[in-house]
Amino acid sequence: MANRISDETIEYVGILAKLELSGEEKEQAKLDMGRMLDYIDKLAELDTTDVEPMSHVFPVENVFREDVVTNGDERERLLSNAPQEKDGMFVVPRTFE
Amino acid sequence: MNIVDMTATRLAEAIRAGKTTAVEAAEAVLARIEEEDKKYNCYVTVDRDGALAQAKAVQGRIEAGQLMGPLAGVPVAVKDNICTEGLLTTCSSRILYNFVPTYTAEAVKNLQKAGAVILGKTNMDEFAMGSTTETSAYGPTKNPRNTAHVPGGSSGGSAAAVAAGECVYAIGSDTGGSIRQPASYCGVVGMKPTYGTVSRYGLIAYGSSLDQIGPLTKDVTDCAAVLEALSSHDTKDSTSVFRKDTDFTSALTDDVEGLRIGIPNDYLGEGLDDEVREAVLAAAKVLEKRGALVERFDLSLVEYAIPAYYTIAAAEASSNLERFDGIKYGYRAQEYAGLHNMYKKSRSEGFGEEVKRRIMLGSFVLSSGYYDAYYLKALKVKALIKKAFNDAFAKYDVILGPVAPTTAPKLGESLADPIQMYLGDIYTIAVNLAGLPGISIPCGEDSKGLPIGLQLIGDCFQEKKLIRAAYTYELCRNNF
Repeated sequence: MANRISDETIEYVGILAKLELSGEEKEQAKLDMGRMLDYIDKLAELDTTDVEPMSHVFPVENVFREDVVTNGDERERLLSNAPQEKDGMFVVPRTFE
Repeated sequence: MNIVDMTATRLAEAIRAGKTTAVEAAEAVLARIEEEDKKYNCYVTVDRDGALAQAKAVQGRIEAGQLMGPLAGVPVAVKDNICTEGLLTTCSSRILYNFVPTYTAEAVKNLQKAGAVILGKTNMDEFAMGSTTETSAYGPTKNPRNTAHVPGGSSGGSAAAVAAGECVYAIGSDTGGSIRQPASYCGVVGMKPTYGTVSRYGLIAYGSSLDQIGPLTKDVTDCAAVLEALSSHDTKDSTSVFRKDTDFTSALTDDVEGLRIGIPNDYLGEGLDDEVREAVLAAAKVLEKRGALVERFDLSLVEYAIPAYYTIAAAEASSNLERFDGIKYGYRAQEYAGLHNMYKKSRSEGFGEEVKRRIMLGSFVLSSGYYDAYYLKALKVKALIKKAFNDAFAKYDVILGPVAPTTAPKLGESLADPIQMYLGDIYTIAVNLAGLPGISIPCGEDSKGLPIGLQLIGDCFQEKKLIRAAYTYELCRNNF
């Protein structure tokens, strides 16, 4: 396998992905990602010199509108989905002492 | 008159003619769900009371002459990644186990304007990531044609519900084949429109540059009618395209005279099941007999579509799924130490294996040091694939091929080897990369009695050519 994913890489990807993996899950993720990257490496066979990367298939332009509020006040309804709320606000764990 | 066996347009006709009512139709389909869904698990949520209330209101408007359209009063199932105000929307994920949207997706609103009655929300692969509906946190859906087999995915619940008569038609979403492949496995019609044709507002995003909502129906006539109702220009979706040619039902004509059809040799090669190949080529012969000009050609680059797709889709997914953090909605871990640990634990406990796998891959290919080699490279390959299709559509009106290399696999056989599962998307995935429309229609059965799907692919905005060819084929098939 060409792509050997190091412990550091998996650790780093875990931080980026905001995922906490158990030891066993990390080993599996190393294996899975290595295999997947080996497979994706197939793209390197193609010469893409002077090819512009295509993010959208149509020429998409920014869509502008006047900065006017069109939706109503949905605070209560939005907050009703929150795992924890208090006095009209989302409750989050303490972030500083 | 057996309501659960009727197509949407026939049922609406019967309702308009006063032979039945929207309420009777909803009751009949809800009774079918009650009887059958324990076997198939098509639905995550059935909104019995809501459906009956909608049916009553719609019937009133039909009788008042306010609703005359070809779908008025017809019950529909909605994939569980499409937001419905006040109705649980889980994406078949634990992380959204209790999420009740405060708004309705534009596509669903368009159906409601056409007089649709929403029955409930259908099962899917978690966050639409999968090809079998087995990655759902709420258990797999089974194929109504043979319950030992998967219905396909990710819109497996929608396809199975149509096949089982647990709805009259359904909508799903297609990021790499997620409408067309389950339609093929369940023996129904499914269509992915040109990117930008149906608003993505209210569709919970997976790969935003690839996702499109589309119909799953019993026949091509319904498919055209539903697509016509779904399509609209929406300023709330910045990738929505303004089209004047969305009168798709006008293309329901029995005529393929002179239509140029290309069959990619690359779609008939290694890995394709013999019975599928035979059925697809027989369908091509039918169209040829009706006057289409059928030819083989080399599309090229087909084997690069899957690695390019999984790079781009994973990258977009890793970004799109950052919003699930246990704060604003959905699952929050019970035990944690501080804010960041809460994020991590909520996500790790809330997401399933396949979703985590793709988020990790996506985070990796977007990370500094790897961005150019993987993500940017995939976007360049996407440009090459688009060009290959442009060259093909300079010669052909329609590309014809299989939907999937095999018929529906058995339950429990696909998830162990992700790459093998991804290879099953080989004929559908490039269509999303290039933003093209594609339709899947039944074209036979294999020796086990499992449905085989025929795929027709058109150039951007050429849905009408697909509908015309599919409709012509369907009429011939019914006359066999």
